[in-house]
Amino acid sequence: MLHLGLLALLLAGHFFLPAYHHGNLARIMVLASYAMGYNLLFGYTGLLSLGHALFFAAGMYGMGMGVQHLGLGAGAGLILGIASGAVVSALVAVLALRTIGVGFMIVTLMFAQAGFLTILHFGEWTRGDEGFVLAQAGRILWGVDLSTPGARYLAALVLFAACLLITLALVRAPFGRVLVAIRENAERVQMLGYDTQAHKFAAMVASGTMAAAAGAVYGMLFGYVGATFASVQYSILPLLWVLLGGAGTVLGPFIGTLFMFYLIDLSSGVTTAYMLIAGVALVVLTLFAPQGIMGEARRRLWRGLP
Amino acid sequence: MEFGPHLMLATLEGAVTAAVLALTAAGLSLVFGVMRVVNIAHGEFFMLGAVLAWGVTQAVAGPWGYALALLVAPLLAGALAVAADVTILKRLSYDPERTIVATIGLLYILQQLTLMTYGPEARPVVAPFDARIALPWVEHGAEGWRLTWPWGLGTTVWKLTVIGAAVAVLAALWLFMARTRAGLVMRATQADREMATAFGVPVERVYALTFGLGAALAALAAVLIVPIQQAHYLMGADPLLLSFIVVIIGGLGSLPGTLVAAVLIGLSDGIISVFFSPTLAKILATLLVALVLVFRPQGLFGKRAA
Amino acid sequence: MSLLSVRGLTRDFDGLRAVDGVDLDIAEGEVRALIGPNGAGKTTLVGMIAGRIAPSGGRVTFDGRDITRLPAHRRMRLGMAYTFQITSIFPGLTVAENVTLAARRRVRGAVLGAAVTEALARVGLGPRADQVAGDLAYGHQRLLEIAMGLAQRPRLLILDEPTQGLAEGEIAAFETLIRDLAQETTILLIEHNMAVVMALAHRITVMAQGRVLAEGTPAGIHANRAVQAAYLGGGDAAD
Repeated sequence: MLHLGLLALLLAGHFFLPAYHHGNLARIMVLASYAMGYNLLFGYTGLLSLGHALFFAAGMYGMGMGVQHLGLGAGAGLILGIASGAVVSALVAVLALRTIGVGFMIVTLMFAQAGFLTILHFGEWTRGDEGFVLAQAGRILWGVDLSTPGARYLAALVLFAACLLITLALVRAPFGRVLVAIRENAERVQMLGYDTQAHKFAAMVASGTMAAAAGAVYGMLFGYVGATFASVQYSILPLLWVLLGGAGTVLGPFIGTLFMFYLIDLSSGVTTAYMLIAGVALVVLTLFAPQGIMGEARRRLWRGLP
Repeated sequence: MEFGPHLMLATLEGAVTAAVLALTAAGLSLVFGVMRVVNIAHGEFFMLGAVLAWGVTQAVAGPWGYALALLVAPLLAGALAVAADVTILKRLSYDPERTIVATIGLLYILQQLTLMTYGPEARPVVAPFDARIALPWVEHGAEGWRLTWPWGLGTTVWKLTVIGAAVAVLAALWLFMARTRAGLVMRATQADREMATAFGVPVERVYALTFGLGAALAALAAVLIVPIQQAHYLMGADPLLLSFIVVIIGGLGSLPGTLVAAVLIGLSDGIISVFFSPTLAKILATLLVALVLVFRPQGLFGKRAA
Repeated sequence: MSLLSVRGLTRDFDGLRAVDGVDLDIAEGEVRALIGPNGAGKTTLVGMIAGRIAPSGGRVTFDGRDITRLPAHRRMRLGMAYTFQITSIFPGLTVAENVTLAARRRVRGAVLGAAVTEALARVGLGPRADQVAGDLAYGHQRLLEIAMGLAQRPRLLILDEPTQGLAEGEIAAFETLIRDLAQETTILLIEHNMAVVMALAHRITVMAQGRVLAEGTPAGIHANRAVQAAYLGGGDAAD
């Protein structure tokens, strides 16, 4: 109910929001989808990745390169992006899941760094740091021009709704319950007869693919593909959004992204050092509210919140 | 220049990189070894060292200013690290995953505060003394072996000084760890925290000092290299990445392994960067680190853990 | 034919032999107690049987099938259940969800709820089904652990020191529960409380310093001098 309410509210926002916030919210919904993908692995399975920018960028570049160099249409580009994310996350998962804890964090960080550097290295095709602007022709899906504000907002909402409903279905399904159990006590899950490695693998591929979908849509809607989106910062941001909103809650990623986006938006008017806010938020959250906003709400108000 | 002199030049450059890297990585390795904390903000303490060195040499001109910077920058960076340990890490009970998230926050805080105060410019620091040295090369010509002075083959007194100073500091660090009571206490804490507590070792104070010492080593390395490199608020990223590579390949927490790896990586980084693309060298190095962690977590030179 | 058969099972830790060539046969329907001083290798032995620890040598056969190389979760699916020495539940989930996770490997759909209710009722945790497991008292957490074992409806239930830390009254209830369970499943029990062992076990295996010291009926073991020596004499030096 709560989730459908939020979706209805966001749909209503399309008609009432002033242009500035309308544009912001479109961006937030796509980034929140990225955060929801991250949350599947971090919040529900308990695996802290520091390399999700790799999956986000795999989606974005898979789409962007397909449209730019292979001459794909928007639909085929998006599919290529999502597929690249699935393949890359499966490859990383096979290797990284052999480690746990700190090892897993560093391994994912290193793979993402290697991916980022690879994008820079093949600057001839990727245009490196500078990035490239997506051709207008590649941004028309089923006759809808995704570069207009209205279509952009609604497309972002479609992605967001899809990710939200998929997350809800996953965490309510037995599969999701096993993931939560792995987060709580992985060894016990194995001793109950579950193949924990297979579950973690599936969770990581689902998480990476969702992140890639967000990356592909982001590139498509905002018309730009650049190496920044593969950098460490874009691995840290979803962690921050999820921590702030509440890890292991369905709505947490959206709430966290919304708050942080406006916090940074407001402060960037005052100073160029807006990432300071992110730094302070990370430290304060780890120290005082590891559960995040929705986590605290669940603890204090409503236990059954998914 | 021909291949031979070119290689010699690359080796010399590599030796400078290796020396500074060994110092920086020793700090990271010490912190991980004793405290089991992965300090993502380590590169920022390096950056602080360089920026503080610029500040001190601005305030006090001439060679004495630089000498003062050698003393003040590591001390201040160390003090800051001690403060961070007491206010943040200690309150997280040194939980490995949460401390990583907190040090990521610390990274942004230090970096962005530097941006706000010191600004985005790269600023040079003048070495207290310097001179160019041309180097000879042996060549086989028509009249037999003879000494030539290829154009461009040379180094500077300062670069040799950096190498010498790094070796001296590392020797002092080794003596400190091996021969002094404080070093013994640190090694005891590293070996078994509970046992050390039982024997009355003030573990919390040891941790604070270790974190400070680690940061001071990074800052000192930066003061040494800043006459060659210039101070900039984003300069911490590369040393962090390279230190990670070195510490992981050398075996987490093993000081001798770290030093061997620093020399190896420093030299090969210099040599590979001269002959191939530096980005390619970094891609290979990050992938190597990830694979080492996956398949040989004790490092290439470490013994297999119990 | 025995349900579980162990031959020459060995495990080294850093050159130290924790379990040294153990042979063990447990018949279907039996309650077997495994006793011995601390450090005798009991937990390592059952760890190898359940697949938590890889053996350095030897063979494990379950229901006529060699399972030595099988990962733990596959062994559980063949009909083993294992409860940990240190309470190991999912503290953030409700009691019912803990048991549901255990039961779901076996049943799905409508019968699942019934299986969970039944397992909880047998250990007397029915009224607490909706509590968060981490909030339960210690004794109740141990019972939850057993309920999870029950919900798996195993052919072999391995209990590692189930009565550790329980109060007198709770131990009595536990004995009744095990006697009840013994009607339908085979039980391998590591236990320090000799009163519990004597009351429940059909046969007892005594381990010391990684080896099987003696095996027999409770009465036979009670009279065995070697066993008494291991407990009263130098046996504890193996700690």
